Amino acid sequence: MSTPTVEKHSAALDAVEAGGTKLITVTFRIRRFNPEEHPEPVWVDYQLEMDPKERVLDALNTIKWEQDGTLTYRRSCAHGICGSDAMRINGRNRLACKTLIKDVNPEKPITIEAIKGLTVLKDLVVDMDPFFQAYKDVMPFLITKGNDPTRERLQSAEDRERFDDTTKCILCAACTSSCPVFWNDGQYFGPAAIVNAHRFIFDSRDEGAEQRLEILNDREGVWRCRTTFNCSEACPRGIEVTKAIQEVKRALVTRRF
Amino acid sequence: MQIHQYDTVIVGAGGAGMRAAIESTQRSRTAVLTKLYPTRSHTGAAQGGMCAALANVEEDNWEWHTFDTVKGGDYLVDQDAAEIMCKEAIDAVLDLEKMGLPFSRTEQGRIDQRRFGGHSRNHGEAPVRRSCYAADRTGHMILQTLFQNCVKHGVEFFNEFYVLDLLINEGRTAGVVAYELATGEIHVFQAKAVVFASGGTGKMFKVSSNAHTLTGDGQAVAYRRGLPLEDMEFFQFHPTGIWRMGILLTEGARGEGGILRNKDGERFMERYAPVMKDLASRDVCSRAIYTEIREGRGCGPDGDHVYLDLTHLPPEQLDAKLPDITEFARTYLGIEPYTDPIPIQPTAHYAMGGIPTNVEGEVLRNNTEVVPGLYAAGEVACVSVHGANRLGTNSLLDINVFGRRAGIAAAEFAEANEFVPLPENPEQLVQDLVDGLREATGTESVAQIRKELQESMDTNAMVYRTGATLKQAVEDIAALKVRYKNVAIQDKGFRYNTDLLEAIELGNLLDLAEVLAVSALAREESRGGHYREDFPTRDDVKFMQHTMAYQEVAEDGSTSIRLDYKPVVQTRYQPMERKY
Repeated sequence: MSTPTVEKHSAALDAVEAGGTKLITVTFRIRRFNPEEHPEPVWVDYQLEMDPKERVLDALNTIKWEQDGTLTYRRSCAHGICGSDAMRINGRNRLACKTLIKDVNPEKPITIEAIKGLTVLKDLVVDMDPFFQAYKDVMPFLITKGNDPTRERLQSAEDRERFDDTTKCILCAACTSSCPVFWNDGQYFGPAAIVNAHRFIFDSRDEGAEQRLEILNDREGVWRCRTTFNCSEACPRGIEVTKAIQEVKRALVTRRF
Repeated sequence: MQIHQYDTVIVGAGGAGMRAAIESTQRSRTAVLTKLYPTRSHTGAAQGGMCAALANVEEDNWEWHTFDTVKGGDYLVDQDAAEIMCKEAIDAVLDLEKMGLPFSRTEQGRIDQRRFGGHSRNHGEAPVRRSCYAADRTGHMILQTLFQNCVKHGVEFFNEFYVLDLLINEGRTAGVVAYELATGEIHVFQAKAVVFASGGTGKMFKVSSNAHTLTGDGQAVAYRRGLPLEDMEFFQFHPTGIWRMGILLTEGARGEGGILRNKDGERFMERYAPVMKDLASRDVCSRAIYTEIREGRGCGPDGDHVYLDLTHLPPEQLDAKLPDITEFARTYLGIEPYTDPIPIQPTAHYAMGGIPTNVEGEVLRNNTEVVPGLYAAGEVACVSVHGANRLGTNSLLDINVFGRRAGIAAAEFAEANEFVPLPENPEQLVQDLVDGLREATGTESVAQIRKELQESMDTNAMVYRTGATLKQAVEDIAALKVRYKNVAIQDKGFRYNTDLLEAIELGNLLDLAEVLAVSALAREESRGGHYREDFPTRDDVKFMQHTMAYQEVAEDGSTSIRLDYKPVVQTRYQPMERKY
């Protein structure tokens, strides 16, 4: 038997376990749009009693389940892995399931609207097809030549680490729909597609970098990036998106990757 | 209403569906119908790894893996299927690597492997490093890699198409009927072969690791068309869900050295599993946690949880191997796992049961006969490789091995057979269902009924069960089903009507919860994930067999459940007492 050790508790853990948080009244100001009913979007306020440690997604669910069943949004995993619920919360792109109410200033009305640059279909639901098309256009799959090895391809831990950051992408579109270039130019690939190209360009096993770089060398490719860093700030996975785009630009110039 | 024709239709675009699609698209004209965009599926939430006896870091072989799987499943596993899975596991991992999956690597550049619950060297001697992983994002990487390869092979997806009916004509598969979420339109897909890969049912419980969307849609559709559901009473409760929220914290955390502790700081698993300790199988750990809580050794003011302690592990190791789950603790609990233990409790995680299939993925209509042209793979299916309790990582293995097999088998069936004529008015059942809900003027709310269902299931049908609690669950569900007939939805529109969708999903959950409770009530023994306090031991004489639950429809339209049983396939392993 190992010697039992009594944990040292920090104030944070004690606070979590004490529970019994005071509920606060929060106003959610949601940009509603349903062309079946009204041609223009409207802002609608909803008031809820919430524990500030709950997620914005919990608030949307409470509104839908208890107040207005017509409120429409996408959601699935509810913990930041599936990428369904990217939306603009207080003007910034975030995942509703990864944003706690206490972190978005619940003293004032919390605004929620669909992500920008993609056609809004209903309330917070946008047309994702152009986003996925840009992703498909960069050939987001391992390209190799010759016969497959019998066992796995070898890759050093360092080579694996080289593209680790961009493997985290969950295709939520928070980055792409935060990009001013993407808002104004529907042809631009957008940060997410470049992130996914980066993921393969810098994978030591891949032999398709030249093809992908040619695609991204297009006038609607990486050169449209104006390095505003909106994408890096928006990424719920903490990917250094702008850095990845810069690395692709550099690879285009030096042809080294 | 639109009618489409494809050789093969795959329902669901998670791991199993996409793995099947990669195979079937290369062999037959294939459509994938999916309620969600492909990368939204809950395969992406799997964290710890995928076991295969690669022996990259220490001695291992697939026979040991098979034994662990059979033992982990408390001998309810069909041993021929487990053998196939563990043997093909090696190629399944290598195939994923060749498709581009970025596995974590050893110093020699090989796929790294780590320990995982219930996986042992030489039939239980000691834990073994068998789980191939990519940090704690293995499911995410599998899902992304499979989607990438679907893009490469030009797989045709129908995104946000919700399959609500299965068409069977004279005993043969004719197609499926789907509801298009964007428009409210109904689509009939005539197909020679159909593969169900629509995932689990974990939203029938309140504290659950499952996505909102995991509502047992495929199981419910098959069940209503008279097909049996196998072993639905076996539901896995993962030991380490975030307290109250249920968000999964991978078993890989314990594989990396994490320890479960009670309020006294004691490593209590040493008392329950002297050899495997914190890496005992999930059912054993979950019961141990609840025993600690019941006996007053739980943590916090209400004593209703225990701790997952990672504080003795170097921060660099947590950053490299467990980056996501440590971030979950920070985001959702506001605590720092470097210095504080994480409050956890068991969380509803995985349905071992489902639509019965054979090892080719063909769906069984009874104990011996298949439905020609119908296949199932992944959590929706029951092969059965998981028996009474699934081992950690074997779900990612299952979707890859049996997703691939089902995809190949379905496409080959489609190649060799003609279309079966559609039944008359193929869309009728779905049209009536959708119209009925849209026009309903009842007084009950979907959210309220779902909440009461989840609360009853957590109270009555979770880690500890008795005849009395299960009877209570059956009664509660029956009452909720009556109330469900009186629900109304607020959204009457056609465009993205998720209000309607949630109502349909609730109907599925109610039916499946009832099957779970009735099957569990009849199983008067304790085995794997099914623990009866009133029958605390395994009874191999009476219950070493699979439950097969059928819906019976009476002349007046009322339904009931008929239970039958199916023998377990045993090859080389005789049932033994299960110790870890």
